[in-house]
Amino acid sequence: MPTPVFSASLTLTNTITSLTTLSETLTSFIFMALGAMIITGLAAVLALVGVYLERKISAHMQDRVGPMEVNTEIPLLKNIGHGWAQTLADAVKLLIKEDVVPDAADKKLHLLAPFIVFAATLAAFAVLPFGRNLIISDLNVGLFYIVAISSFVVIGIILAGWSSNNKWSLFGAMRSAAQIVSFEIPASLALLVVIMAVGSLNLGEIVAFQEGGIHKWLIFQYFPFNLLAFLIFFIASLAELNRAPFDIPEAESEIIAGFHTEYSGMKFAMFFLAEYANMFLVGVVISTLFLGGWSSPFGSFLNGSAFFHVFWIALKAFSIIFVQIWLRWTLPRVRVDQLMYTSWKVLTPFAFVAMVGVGLWMVLLN
Amino acid sequence: MALFDSVFYGFAALTVASAGVMVFSRNVVYSAVGLLFTFFGVAGIYVLLAADFIAIVQILIYVGGILVLLLFGVMLSQKGAGVDFRTGTMNVLPAALVVLGVFVVLFRVVSNTTWPVHAPTEYSPTTATLGTLLMTDYLIPFEIASVLLLGALIGAAFIARKG
Repeated sequence: MPTPVFSASLTLTNTITSLTTLSETLTSFIFMALGAMIITGLAAVLALVGVYLERKISAHMQDRVGPMEVNTEIPLLKNIGHGWAQTLADAVKLLIKEDVVPDAADKKLHLLAPFIVFAATLAAFAVLPFGRNLIISDLNVGLFYIVAISSFVVIGIILAGWSSNNKWSLFGAMRSAAQIVSFEIPASLALLVVIMAVGSLNLGEIVAFQEGGIHKWLIFQYFPFNLLAFLIFFIASLAELNRAPFDIPEAESEIIAGFHTEYSGMKFAMFFLAEYANMFLVGVVISTLFLGGWSSPFGSFLNGSAFFHVFWIALKAFSIIFVQIWLRWTLPRVRVDQLMYTSWKVLTPFAFVAMVGVGLWMVLLN
Repeated sequence: MALFDSVFYGFAALTVASAGVMVFSRNVVYSAVGLLFTFFGVAGIYVLLAADFIAIVQILIYVGGILVLLLFGVMLSQKGAGVDFRTGTMNVLPAALVVLGVFVVLFRVVSNTTWPVHAPTEYSPTTATLGTLLMTDYLIPFEIASVLLLGALIGAAFIARKG
């Protein structure tokens, strides 16, 4: 039978233990919230940088005058020129625009759709490796997670098109869904080639496999099958991003702007930011899978610290983004039937060729 | 464990609430959105049970495949062909009997099973184990499932060509 003092101290111990677990819970929650905030901030800033690059590169490629003129009257900044304030002006315009919701729209789903698209994009950022230990969530199934969580984007786009109650929006949404679902197959098969070569779904291990210089990059392994997988994944990712030459879901000359025709103000900005954040996401994924991720192309040279890791991954990802933008302002849009032809009759069979080729190579030659 | 419990109850509440929306909504698209969050909640619970691969597959197959197909069908019929999709109530008595029967069976199963009620003690990757098992102990079911899917694929292509 415990004495009163003993039982009092026991209660106290219990209280302290429960307080400790509570504080541990709180710390985990704070760390999770912090991670989520870092991702949100990072994605938003990267999307703005993406928009800026798009405006500038398109202006240079097509001699567009507008984006070269935007300036301010602030004394020192006035002399920079080159239309440096373009993205600032874009962002301010989007923030102060009126939010118009059509009368016939399904209000609740119209509001929900951009949030689903934006949240799914941010969720995929959680597993991106920016350096040896610079990864928010080091999942064992990281690569698979990115593929899966992206399917929420499709749902968001379909809901946006449907809830707008507008024929063009619905057409855009259906085109987008059909396109993303079709191109997911060659893209996933191309990913399988990498997974087979490395033997892991963990993005960190995929980078570690390629560390030690440019000759170890997966794009150069199992020649030419991995190169083929790289090209297939790049083309399929363009289609999954709804970017030119596969931008038929937006096709402004045919269906105005597709699924986001009826969106304005901040809701439109969320689709817009999600699109550019997705471009960066694809850039990082392609660099991680085929181009050595955050590791230096010169072996151990310039590979020592987190700074260099971030530098290399950013350089590689933005190079991919540059090619995406370059293609958009160079190539005309394909037709719907050409798009489906590309996916089912060109990319998918060649993806199988790459997969079987690497498989045979691994069994027969290694 | 407080974190585990609160996350579990959060996902459980999300699953049950969105399942309620799915069942009680008269608008088929609202039901589909309810289903989206149900799938998400179930995937969260899989993660808590240390089944990482199954959780991802749950999202990939159900959200990326089945739900997209479902919404596609509804959109094409409702706005394209002008068919009005509304769920209604009919055959109340037989439905009530069937539901009661299912409830009794489920209730007995739930109350007679001894459930492990503690959190999993270790979280280790399951993918490699699953792959090995599928290629060794469960090869025959795996192959039968793939033949079935191949048959469905050929059938779908055949019907699409005819139409």
